[in-house]
Amino acid sequence: MLLSRVAERVYWQARYLERVENSARLLSVFSNLLLDLPKGTKLGWRTLVQITGSEDSFDARYKQDSERNVIRFLLVENNGFSLLNMLAAARENARTTREIMPMEAFELVNDLYFYVRENAAGGVGRGPRHKLLDEMIATCQQLWGLLAGTMSRDSAYAFVRLGRGLERADMTTRIVDVGSYNLLPSLREKESIPESIEPYANILWMNILRSQSAYQMYRQHVRNRVNAVDVVKFLIQSEEFPRATAHNLTTLVKVLEALPNNGKALRQVHKTRRMLKSADFEALLDTGLLQYVDDLQVELAAVNDKIAQTWFLPNR
Amino acid sequence: MRVNWKTYDPGHFFDEIISSPGYARKPARRLASYLRSLTHEALLERKTAAELAIKTMGISFTVYSDAGNIDREWPFDIIPRPIAESEWNRTSAGLQQRLRALNCFIHDIYNDQKILKDKVVPAELILNSANFRSQCVGVKPKFDVWAHICGTDLIKDKDGRFYVLEDNLRVPSGVSYMLENRRVTKRVFPELFDSHYDILPVTEYPAQLLETLSAISPRKQKSPEVVVLTPGIYNSAYFEHSYLAQRMGAELVEGNDLVVEKDMVYMRTIDGLTLVDTIYRRIDDLFLDPSVFNKGSVLGVAGLFKAWLKGNVALANAPGAGVADDKIIYTYVPQIIKYYLDEDPILPNVPSYLCIDKKQCQHVLQNLDKLVVKPANESGGYGMLMGPQSSSKERAEFARRIKADPRNYMAQPLISLSTVPVLGERIVEPRHVDLRPFVLQARESYVTAGGLTRVALVKGSYVVNSSQGGGSKDTWIIGGI
Repeated sequence: MLLSRVAERVYWQARYLERVENSARLLSVFSNLLLDLPKGTKLGWRTLVQITGSEDSFDARYKQDSERNVIRFLLVENNGFSLLNMLAAARENARTTREIMPMEAFELVNDLYFYVRENAAGGVGRGPRHKLLDEMIATCQQLWGLLAGTMSRDSAYAFVRLGRGLERADMTTRIVDVGSYNLLPSLREKESIPESIEPYANILWMNILRSQSAYQMYRQHVRNRVNAVDVVKFLIQSEEFPRATAHNLTTLVKVLEALPNNGKALRQVHKTRRMLKSADFEALLDTGLLQYVDDLQVELAAVNDKIAQTWFLPNR
Repeated sequence: MRVNWKTYDPGHFFDEIISSPGYARKPARRLASYLRSLTHEALLERKTAAELAIKTMGISFTVYSDAGNIDREWPFDIIPRPIAESEWNRTSAGLQQRLRALNCFIHDIYNDQKILKDKVVPAELILNSANFRSQCVGVKPKFDVWAHICGTDLIKDKDGRFYVLEDNLRVPSGVSYMLENRRVTKRVFPELFDSHYDILPVTEYPAQLLETLSAISPRKQKSPEVVVLTPGIYNSAYFEHSYLAQRMGAELVEGNDLVVEKDMVYMRTIDGLTLVDTIYRRIDDLFLDPSVFNKGSVLGVAGLFKAWLKGNVALANAPGAGVADDKIIYTYVPQIIKYYLDEDPILPNVPSYLCIDKKQCQHVLQNLDKLVVKPANESGGYGMLMGPQSSSKERAEFARRIKADPRNYMAQPLISLSTVPVLGERIVEPRHVDLRPFVLQARESYVTAGGLTRVALVKGSYVVNSSQGGGSKDTWIIGGI
């Protein structure tokens, strides 16, 4: 029997951990790009602030969107958007669901939290940052493996999959945003994105693929050279690639079908899937991917609301 | 540098490892020589490993005053405390005898009150007790058992015998630390857990607890729905609540996870409402049900008490069980054992003076500087006067309190708690300990192999409470000795 309150905490534990993993991936795309681009190329670090939806909070603290400020803000600072805070929230949810999760799961999250707390400030510098981010991504992967290998396929595991699946679907759309913010012609004038990055478009898209560990799979399944339309299609619409938004929505459908009273949540996921399937990214990339991604995120947020209304709210 | 058992000096206290300079007691011999085989640096490394394990495993307790950092790691000393199995078997029989008698007593108090009519225990002591719940009169819980889980505090005096210091019949805590201490010790001293040293396992407690809780279910079924009711994630014992729920495979519920409909108790799950059979409640009587007790309580659930009265749900421990663990009633336990079981108590009490008795009160007031004065209903070592370490101002204040409310006070001579070596930064030194074994009773009764050894980490101190600078040790019952 899974208590509603516990279901909610398990769900959020999974969401926060997935958010930690993807935010670490997001920071590492940027940090890796630096290494690939020729000296003197400027990167729009502000993009990271925009993608995470933290502009107001960031601007209240900083005047300049320099690499150092952005990284400090998103890595160590005490605000709702920093990796350290997300990890603290994941740990708190893990601490309060210990009675139903495998014992080693809490130990892993707990250890990662202490590791990041001790090393996050050092990660503001470029050198140690890679190791820190890699460690975070690797530990999250280890955790998913642990849960997959040790948890019975019961309702608790269902809520792990719901939380992770929805968060992953959402975060992948945000990572796709990195590319569109930097490269879309329609934006270039408006937001003064540095002209000099244009020739390196495919380096950027390649890094975006790499950040999602998707480069190899893309190569195997999409025979074209790396280009904006195919990358976006792969990351959003692929049913086979496990970090793609479409794949995760299909997972949500499978998980939801096994839960009681699933009507509302299922309908909302199906609605979102239709929106994914019918999208014409070639046209969208010309006219405005940003608006489309925003709309998609609104639908994903509605999935979250339906899940909460159905299974968590009776508790209040 | 290595530990030197010849210069290790417990003074005039009973030390549980060393009997005289250079000689270890029988159950401790292998441990003492093993410790001697390691350098102090090697021991310190093991200590660091233990601290790391505790941090990783998240073995914590909560301190209210430390805002921001609510979870604090459990202070642990790596040197275990060995006890011979033969001695433990006697002690364990004494503990079971005591709980059996106390349950007879509680049942009698809420039903026939024979013991009061026979004037073995003065009726006014009970009826004026803060822990007497008149709402429970006439209730007959399954097996006539009210206190299913008891934590009894034992100490060893200079004579090396165990004495009972107090019974905890409400919501005794600490058993999870007993279990986790063993897990840590196995990581720290794996070499000692071999076929030459028969350290009895402690791991069966959660299974025994689940069996006890299942046995009292009001309905006959193969696996009753057992839940642990916690005050929530900010409670100091939350770690334990969650730990026990995990180990039993029971749900950990908070008050607002429960709902009472037509005098039946349900929990809110993702499948809707699910019937609950037994509640292992870790909240105090007065917070259980706002419609009966403390009106402002948000920790419990309205209607719970009535559901229990009607026999639709089992509560462990039963409301009202605390009437028998008041420090004044404690002094009557030897008579209580005799009265109900017609047996002599196997475990002695610490000698005590009751302030409600005029002559004894006089003695207490004249000897405040030599005695330990305890109020009837405080726990955790609060509200006590430690006579020998007190100031004249404190003594005057206690004299005033005792005169104003003699029923609420008792006094005991300062018992010399036994010592066990602890690992210091430079040397191994003796520190005072007590022991809290856990006793279960439903149809059968059960005692843990050992219990939780608490240790005062400050030199000379007797205060073992974790909230006040105490730590803990693994307790080893050594088989075959």
